[in-house]
Amino acid sequence: MINKKQPKKVLLKRGRIIDPFSKKTFIGDILIENGKIASIKKNISSKDKNIFRIDCKGLVVTHGFCDIHVHFREPGREDKETLESGSIAALAGGFTQVCTMPNTNPPIDSPEHVYYIKSKSNTLPIDIFPIGAVSLGQKGEELTEMLIMKDNGAIAFSDDGIPIQNAQFMALALKYSKMTNLPIINHAEDIYLRNEGVMNAGPNSNNLGLKGNPSLAESIMVYRDLALASSLGARLHIPHISTKDSVGLVKLFKSKNKLITAEVSPHHLYFCDDDIVDFNTNLKVGPPIRSKSDRKKLIEGIKSGIIDCIATDHAPHTIEDKETTFNDAEFGMIGLESCFGVVNKVLVKDNGMSLKSLIEKLTVNPRKIMNINRDLFAVGEKAQITIFDPNEKWKFSEKNIYSKSSNSPFIGHDLVGKVKYVFSKDSFFTL
Amino acid sequence: MLKSKHLIGLENFPISDLNKIIDTSFKFKEILNTPERKIGLLKDKTLVNMFFENSTRTKISFTLAEKRLGADSINFSASTSSVKKGETLKDTVQNIESMQIDGAIIRHSHPGSALKLTEYIDGSVINAGDGSHEHPTQAILDMVTLKEKFGKIKNLKIGIIGDILNSRVARSNIFGLRKLGAEVVVCGPSTLLPNDVSRLGVNVTNNVDEVLNWCDAVIALRIQLERMHLGRIPSKREYHNFFGLTYERINKLKKDITIMHPGPMNRGVEIDSKIADSENAVILDQVLNGVASRMAILYLLLGDKSSQI
Ligand SMILES: [Zn+2]
Repeated sequence: MINKKQPKKVLLKRGRIIDPFSKKTFIGDILIENGKIASIKKNISSKDKNIFRIDCKGLVVTHGFCDIHVHFREPGREDKETLESGSIAALAGGFTQVCTMPNTNPPIDSPEHVYYIKSKSNTLPIDIFPIGAVSLGQKGEELTEMLIMKDNGAIAFSDDGIPIQNAQFMALALKYSKMTNLPIINHAEDIYLRNEGVMNAGPNSNNLGLKGNPSLAESIMVYRDLALASSLGARLHIPHISTKDSVGLVKLFKSKNKLITAEVSPHHLYFCDDDIVDFNTNLKVGPPIRSKSDRKKLIEGIKSGIIDCIATDHAPHTIEDKETTFNDAEFGMIGLESCFGVVNKVLVKDNGMSLKSLIEKLTVNPRKIMNINRDLFAVGEKAQITIFDPNEKWKFSEKNIYSKSSNSPFIGHDLVGKVKYVFSKDSFFTL
Repeated sequence: MLKSKHLIGLENFPISDLNKIIDTSFKFKEILNTPERKIGLLKDKTLVNMFFENSTRTKISFTLAEKRLGADSINFSASTSSVKKGETLKDTVQNIESMQIDGAIIRHSHPGSALKLTEYIDGSVINAGDGSHEHPTQAILDMVTLKEKFGKIKNLKIGIIGDILNSRVARSNIFGLRKLGAEVVVCGPSTLLPNDVSRLGVNVTNNVDEVLNWCDAVIALRIQLERMHLGRIPSKREYHNFFGLTYERINKLKKDITIMHPGPMNRGVEIDSKIADSENAVILDQVLNGVASRMAILYLLLGDKSSQI
């Protein structure tokens, strides 16, 4: 269970403070007063008896994580996730800010819907930034009121879940969104090439007799989007990049266009399609888990900075939606609670990435993409702090899940690195 | 008896189990050829035939095998049961499981459904075809037929012609034949061949004459005119001319080759009538071997260890 306290003063002692904004790392203390950063230095001593002290020795103290790609299912499928249950799942993963995708029912395609999400989120323990739809009803035909949606709190625009198949409409959306200075996020998969594929096309799909979704279905549309955005000078963010060709294309276009960014999800870094040998429906995601060589390129891509950040694509589904055949199962998996243990294990422990670099991919980099304030350790800022043990080994299990759904293929897997405490919105949470 | 509890597919099936099934099939074939024809080896066992997808031949073959072994069997088919949208495979199956059955035979259009079934029931599961995944009992009866004809499987040269991409018969045959040391070449129009098929240890070609000149036996697969195939091939005529086992094509070969087809055949499309009914065709043997090998499978998976044949 997550324990919540609201002390007036909190003193975090002797933690390894890593500030990814100022790029300073030191063993030191942080004092939080009335929910704001009051002081941050080598040694803060206080005689105050009412102060709430936490010994952070051996732990890393850093910015609250930010996940720019989650599906919270409210409104419409509150049985899978609500804004509230999703927030608790986020907290459990060390996230203090998330951006929610608009493919709810109804979709978030009007200023009123954006306002609804914003106002429902006010009382929640983390910040929620709604992403608005690009097109009305996510039909890919008519533009939404992007300018008014921005005024009501939209942080970006996406029809995620549904690729924008019409290139002319994509061009219009990129052009129009330039006036908002917010990124367009397109779920890049050519639906004709995807051809109802349910897993990566390759030897494994062939052995299992499952319809394959070729990696080209993604790469071709990634190329289209990069080319359009570059020629229009528009902001484009590529979500859940899954293929080696897409990584190569992002690298190519980034060298000439500074407005391009990309994310990768923990499951594409951790699994490859060799793992889908027994029709495990929890591994059915869109885009699919790709081959071993794709996975390797994704790891290289995030290490070298071609891919900017990690985003979970947290996609809750009911047991009924997953407890069925691979063909019938829904696409998606939850990912907030397991995220840090997964990416820390894959990237830092197994592939030699520095912990500082990993923290950037979870904090300043995603915030930069979404124009969210990144200087979180400035004195006077509202405190958003995540404290983790980078070396703790643990087995991910159902009891670590706070989401309303438990569709995680990580259950039973040994992870490394565990979030211990989070400070968010005036409250101190012990996990 | 067998190491395996279920028969889901041949990809990961032990060679020793596969050989035991093939050898035992011949014993059952002898019994089928005696006037008695019946043997009560499974007389206290209850089996359920779960056919979520239409199938006449496989269902009849299993039913007959069960009857010959004296088992009680219940038939369950999607059209007569309460399977409807919303009811999960799990619910359907657990209803049946509560009737205390010893084994289930399942045919379903989704890959993985037979494996899924093993999670829900205690008895043995036999896959009678799961989507495009596997159809192991068909491959076993094909191997029994080949062994009957050639006395061995090792080093036989087998051609498989047709929709390799979507065919569970092709997939199970490739896994099984490769396991027992046969050489396999697959052939079909490019749009019906998977990109990575050579990784299964087979050679690939679009030239049917090349395969026929090389092989000892050829398996022609059914072209499903009613389903997807007309989107992947331009016409029946073109398929017949370029991939069909035509009389002209077979007639000009320098040696005799054995002709097989899992049925039901589209005469005049993937195989000419003259070829299907020729001396070298073993298509009817396949049918009888189907009953014998399914008896062997049922007996070896479900029979009492003490029983003897
Ligand atoms: Zn998506």
